[in-house]
Amino acid sequence: MEKEKIIAVKNLTKKFGDFAAVDDISFDVYKGEIFGFLGANGAGKTTAMKMLIGISSPTTGDATVAGFDLHSQSEMVKKNIGYMSQKFSMYDDLTVKENIIFFGGIYGLSRAKIKTKIASLVKELQIEDIINSLVGSLPLGWKQKLSFSVALLHDPQIVFLDEPTGGVDPITRRQFWEMIYTQAFKGTTIFVTTHYMDEAEYCDRVSIMVAGKIEALDTPKKLKEQFKVDSMNDVFLKLARNIE
Amino acid sequence: MKRFIGFIKKEFYHIFRDKRSLFILFGMPIAQILLFGFAITNEINNVDIAILDHSNDVETQKIINKIKSSPYFNVENQIQSEREIESEFKKGKVKAVLIFEPDFSKNLVTKKVAVIQAVTDATEPNVANTIANYTAAVIQNYQLQKKQATISQVKVDVQSRMFYNPELKSVFNFVPGVMTVILMLVSAMMTSISITREKELGTMEILLVSPLKPFQVIVGKVFPYIFLSIINAIVILLLGYFVFKMPINGSLFLLMFESILFIISALSLGILISTISDSQQTAMMLSLMGLMLPVIILSGFIFPINSMPMPMQIISNIIPAKWFIIIVKAIMLKGVGIQYIWKETLVLIGMTVFFIALSIKKYKIRLE
Repeated sequence: MEKEKIIAVKNLTKKFGDFAAVDDISFDVYKGEIFGFLGANGAGKTTAMKMLIGISSPTTGDATVAGFDLHSQSEMVKKNIGYMSQKFSMYDDLTVKENIIFFGGIYGLSRAKIKTKIASLVKELQIEDIINSLVGSLPLGWKQKLSFSVALLHDPQIVFLDEPTGGVDPITRRQFWEMIYTQAFKGTTIFVTTHYMDEAEYCDRVSIMVAGKIEALDTPKKLKEQFKVDSMNDVFLKLARNIE
Repeated sequence: MKRFIGFIKKEFYHIFRDKRSLFILFGMPIAQILLFGFAITNEINNVDIAILDHSNDVETQKIINKIKSSPYFNVENQIQSEREIESEFKKGKVKAVLIFEPDFSKNLVTKKVAVIQAVTDATEPNVANTIANYTAAVIQNYQLQKKQATISQVKVDVQSRMFYNPELKSVFNFVPGVMTVILMLVSAMMTSISITREKELGTMEILLVSPLKPFQVIVGKVFPYIFLSIINAIVILLLGYFVFKMPINGSLFLLMFESILFIISALSLGILISTISDSQQTAMMLSLMGLMLPVIILSGFIFPINSMPMPMQIISNIIPAKWFIIIVKAIMLKGVGIQYIWKETLVLIGMTVFFIALSIKKYKIRLE
C-alpha cells in the first residue's frame, strides 16, 4: 500500500552568506508516523525545521507540508501544524486556563470549542487542581505536557516537537513519549527532533543530519543493520565520525 | 478581531500581574511630576540673609525695611564686620549677605552713587544666581520709588515683563518635560521590554508559527501601551492643572492629537529597539541610554537648547521629544492652534513614519 505523504521536501537549501546550513535535502514524511529528526548541534536540523514551520524562508528548494505549498500557501500550512519548542513556551504569568484560551484564540477556535477542549483536557490530564494556577508555579514535567496539549489544541495534522524532552527526568520523559504514542495512534503525524538516542529507538523512522545533509534515513532497525551496530547511539556516532 | 481582543487581554494580564511594570506605568508618572513640581524649582522664597550695614543711616534703613517686607527674603541677623561673613556661611543657614558701604546716604547725595554688595553662598550656583537677581530687583524697585518721589523729570525706565509665565514658575517648564519623559519611557521602554521578553521566553516563536501575521503580533503587543500612555498623559495633565495650576490655554483636542502622535513615534522606537536586542536587559539599557538620556538632556526639558554648543543644537533636532516639548508648551501656555505649530507637527509625523518603516524593515529581516 502506498503511504500518504504529509511532508514532501525537495532540494531544500538554506544559505547564510556562503555557508549552507541546510544543503540540498530531500525527504518525505508519511501520515501518522513518528518521524525522528536527528543531528548533532549545528548540523542544521533546527534551521530545516524552522523552514518547515514557516518562520524561516528557504534560499532554494520546495516543500509541501500538510498538502500545502510552503511558498504560496504558508497561511494554510500554519493552520494545519502545531509546534512545541524546547522552552515549553507558555506564559508563566497566566494560568493554565488563560493560556489555553489565549492559544486557542490565536488559532481562531470558537469560544464553545475552547470550552469543550478545556473540559476534555481537564479530564484527560487530570488537571482540575492546577487549571487555575499560574503556569510559572508548575513543575517542568507539567509545563511540558501542557505545552504539548496546547500545540494540539487546533487539531493539527502534523505537530513539530523541537527537543521536547530537554531537561526533564527519565520518568517524565517516558510519560511524555506515551502521550506522543497516543497522539500518533489518533492519526497525528509527529515530527520530532531529539538528542537522546534512546528516544530515536521509539520513532517509526529516523533521519540523521550531518553538516547540512541527510546522511541516513530509515527505520531504527534497518539503520542498525546497515551500520552493523546494536544501538542508535552507535549509528549516530559512526555517521558523525565518518564524515569528520 | 476576536483574536485581537484575546491578544490584548493577555497583554493586560502581563502588565497587571507584574508589580514592577505596574509601578513604572502608574507610580512613576505621579512621583515624577510631584518631584519635579515641588522639589526642583528655581523660585526662591523666604531665603535667610544677613545684613552688614557699615553706615547705618536713614537710606540704608529704608532699603533694609524694603527687603524685610519682601516675601523673598528673611533677614536672619545683622552682622558687624566682614570677618563674620564666612562664619555665617559656614553655619549654613544664611545664603547671602548684603553689605552697605560706609557713608551710604552721603555718597548717594555727593557722588550720586552708593554701593550695595551682595555676597552669596554659591555652593548652590542656581540659588545664588537667583538671590542676586532678586536682590537687584528689590533695590531697583526702591530706586524707582525714590526717583518718582524726588525728581519731577520723567525718566523712561526699562521694565521687563515675563509673558506666558509671569511668575517664572518652573513647573510650567517641567510639566511638558515630565510628560515627554514619561510617555517616552512607557511607550518605548515598556514595549521594547515586553516584545523582547516574548523572544527570551520563546513564546515569540510560537506566535510566529501561529496563523497570526507578524504585523498582527506587533500591533497586539503595542496597542495596550498606546492606551496606557494616553491615560498617563491625561493623569499628568490633570495633576499639572489641579495641583500646579498649569494652564491649558489651547485646544485640548489638539493637545491629545499631538500626544498620540508622539506616543506612536515612541512606540515605533520601542519596536525598533526590540528588533535589535535579544534580551530584556539589552532592551532596557538601549532604551535608557539611547532614548531617555537624549530626551532629558537634549530636548530642552532641563537645559535650554539655545545655550548649547552648536553641534549639540544640531543633534537636538533629531530628538522627537524636542519637537513635542515645543508643541506642548505652545498649546498649553500660548494657546496657539495648529497654524502656528504645523511645522513641528510635520517633523514629528515625518519621524514617526520613518521609525515605523525602519522597524518594519528590521522586523522582516529578522524573520528571514
